[in-house]
Amino acid sequence: MRKIAIYGKGGIGKSTTTQNTVAGLIEAGKNVLVVGCDPKADSTRLLLGGLAQKTVLDTLREEGEDVELDDVVKPGYGGVRCVESGGPEPGVGCAGRGIITSINLLEQLGAWDEKYKTDYTFYDVLGDVVCGGFAMPIRDGKAEEIYIVVSGEMMAMYAANNICKGIKKYAQAGTVRLGGLICNSRKVDNEREMIEQLAKQIGTQMIHFVPRENMVQRAEINRKTVIEFAPEHPQADEYRALANAIDKNTMFVIPNPLEMDQLEKLLIDFGIVN
Amino acid sequence: MVKKKDLSKGLPDPSALMDEIMAKYPTKIAKKRMKSFVANDPSEDQEIQANVRTIPGIITQRGCTYAGCKGVVLGPTRDIINLVHGPIGCSFYAWLTRRNQTEVPDGGDNYITYCFSTDMQDENIVFGGEAKLKDAVREAYEIFKPKAIGIFSTCPVGLIGDDVHAVSREMKAELGINIFGFSCEGYRGVSQSAGHHIANNGVFKNVVGNVDRPRAGKFQVNLLGEYNIGGDAFELERLFEEAGMTLLSTFSGNSTIEAMEYSHTADLNMVMCHRSINYIAEMMEEKYGIPWIKVSFIGAEGTAKSLRKAAEFFEDATLTAKVEEIIAREMKKVEAVRTKVLPKTEGKLAMMFVGGSRAHHYQDLFKELNVTTVSAGYEFAHRDDYEGRKVIPDIKIDADTRNIEDLVVEKDDKLFREDLVAKKAAMLNKGYAFSDYEGMMPEMSKNSLVIDDVNHWETEKIIEFYKPDVFCAGIKEKYVVQKHGVPLKQLHSYDYGGPYAGFEGAINFYVEMERMLGTNIWKMVDAPWKSEPEIVGSFAFND
Repeated sequence: MRKIAIYGKGGIGKSTTTQNTVAGLIEAGKNVLVVGCDPKADSTRLLLGGLAQKTVLDTLREEGEDVELDDVVKPGYGGVRCVESGGPEPGVGCAGRGIITSINLLEQLGAWDEKYKTDYTFYDVLGDVVCGGFAMPIRDGKAEEIYIVVSGEMMAMYAANNICKGIKKYAQAGTVRLGGLICNSRKVDNEREMIEQLAKQIGTQMIHFVPRENMVQRAEINRKTVIEFAPEHPQADEYRALANAIDKNTMFVIPNPLEMDQLEKLLIDFGIVN
Repeated sequence: MVKKKDLSKGLPDPSALMDEIMAKYPTKIAKKRMKSFVANDPSEDQEIQANVRTIPGIITQRGCTYAGCKGVVLGPTRDIINLVHGPIGCSFYAWLTRRNQTEVPDGGDNYITYCFSTDMQDENIVFGGEAKLKDAVREAYEIFKPKAIGIFSTCPVGLIGDDVHAVSREMKAELGINIFGFSCEGYRGVSQSAGHHIANNGVFKNVVGNVDRPRAGKFQVNLLGEYNIGGDAFELERLFEEAGMTLLSTFSGNSTIEAMEYSHTADLNMVMCHRSINYIAEMMEEKYGIPWIKVSFIGAEGTAKSLRKAAEFFEDATLTAKVEEIIAREMKKVEAVRTKVLPKTEGKLAMMFVGGSRAHHYQDLFKELNVTTVSAGYEFAHRDDYEGRKVIPDIKIDADTRNIEDLVVEKDDKLFREDLVAKKAAMLNKGYAFSDYEGMMPEMSKNSLVIDDVNHWETEKIIEFYKPDVFCAGIKEKYVVQKHGVPLKQLHSYDYGGPYAGFEGAINFYVEMERMLGTNIWKMVDAPWKSEPEIVGSFAFND
């Protein structure tokens, strides 16, 4: 089983990219489990056709200790299995601790039993890794491959670089590796070249360049992935290509995050400052 | 049988011992620890490092901020429900451990025997614990209808950001009783000392001055920093009553919240434990003009001295005569017992590492028994407790201290006692000392070894060196020390004994020391099979 976590700056399109990629893998006949690790619990909306999911933490609260796997795992598009970890309202409690609790519970309930023949697990993690709890998916070998969603905007690249620092910390002590950067285009000048260069300097690859396309929005409004909503559309092929690239990927590295001045130089070299 | 050092020419120079202790540490740590060691010389001003972070890996005696706030300062109160917001262990292990006693009049509230906790679970960490805290407050109110509830924050509360102060305000409005919170998360300071400060702030802000009360006596005093361990406060209450001084409020042994609420109507504050409570004394002086003096009712001499000093403040012949009469009568009883136990105690050696004032006060009791204190130190005191209040302006305020709120106190125009300010000025002219803590070091012998925040390694080395006859500390040290063949007297909880304050208390302590120092049992600590085999056998081989 491949265990993958998707990180990236808040609002960069992690959940959209993850779900569309998962749809591509499903289409290719893979067996996938998606674990949403965002308190907003919107990581599986497109695969389930709406916010139909009761979160692990809510279930745990309401059912007490008597929780069954079926209470928290919902089947979605093409048989994909979807879990939302859930969490507190903004400004209350500890969402990080919530993720730790819910992943532990999934393990205890046997979400990864042999009988499910899981080919892929995707962890979709919220924005920045603000505390230890949000690093849970990359600790203890839970996720082994990380893909960072990034664009050519400075703060997105800055966040990607920061996430690399976290990965490096855990990679040195464990099995987690960086699988590549996914560029979710914002139509910034020289975006492809710049992200390719960023990836190179970090020691990884840009695994796919996803062009900006309004169809993604339209599919989202209809609570569907592009692959499900408009399978013939060229954007669907982009996600198929990304899914395929991940499926075929063999480049797994311990990232080498850049210093701040290196990052700034990159931006200057590619003309973003002009 | 251990051979004692000859102390007839004074205590030995501990420099070599200090070097030997430091030799075991990495250089940087040795450098830091060395600053917390002083070979005492009372004729000089010596500086000791205190109230700094304990070095990780060292087995310290210290406790946490929560322990200082909930356990020490508020723990002895009987009619405030002390509700701990946190996992259950924080409550259970802080419950009744200091043997604070109380005497409840008929119909009075007593919650000391109860243990209140919100029993936080994983779910409350994830989703926040404020709702559960509110439920707990309502439940406690429903069952007990208390006058007041104090809410104490444990570590996770600060991490997840539950706002105990907002909850307190809301519940106070809803239930109509006094409810106040303390942000005393365990990690807030370098030791429990931070918790004392936080407790002082909270009590001063939310309790002191809430009730005005007409005068009940001619001489109104408060006793601060007396926690009624083993019944100490009972002894003192009796003395004050007989002398004719009205003890309005004790912070916080055998106290009631009502008495704390009108404590600002006192004429004089007497501070026992300088470390844990000087903040309230200072703030009461700023706000209400009440002066404070340092007292110690540990030891018969100290008790007599403190009683005299309190009486002197009021400049009243009847009071002075009464106090002298009590002292004369009590000293006679004390002296009879002292003379009787002296043969068992004379010439013995003691060391004590405890608290923020006890390591100082108990030296007086030992002096009365002709026992020499060879080494002493505090767990959580600051430099002024060692060197005297004169060093306060020179104490470096580090980031750990800044982490604790320093209340800005303003003069209360209506209640401020200008008469007391004038009295203080007049008394000062006559040489009467106020706010006068001289610290422990000036009162210790030359070459006695003073150590702040002593650890296990250092404890073992100094026991080896001095071979003391009694060691005073707490439960965490007790059995380690006793395994060295040295009896340990707990000065946090008094083991099963006490009271040791006042004249009766001194007698109790003398008798206890006669018992502990007079026995040979501690010389038999080594298991007999260590020196000679229990069964002797030999191999029999076929020739």
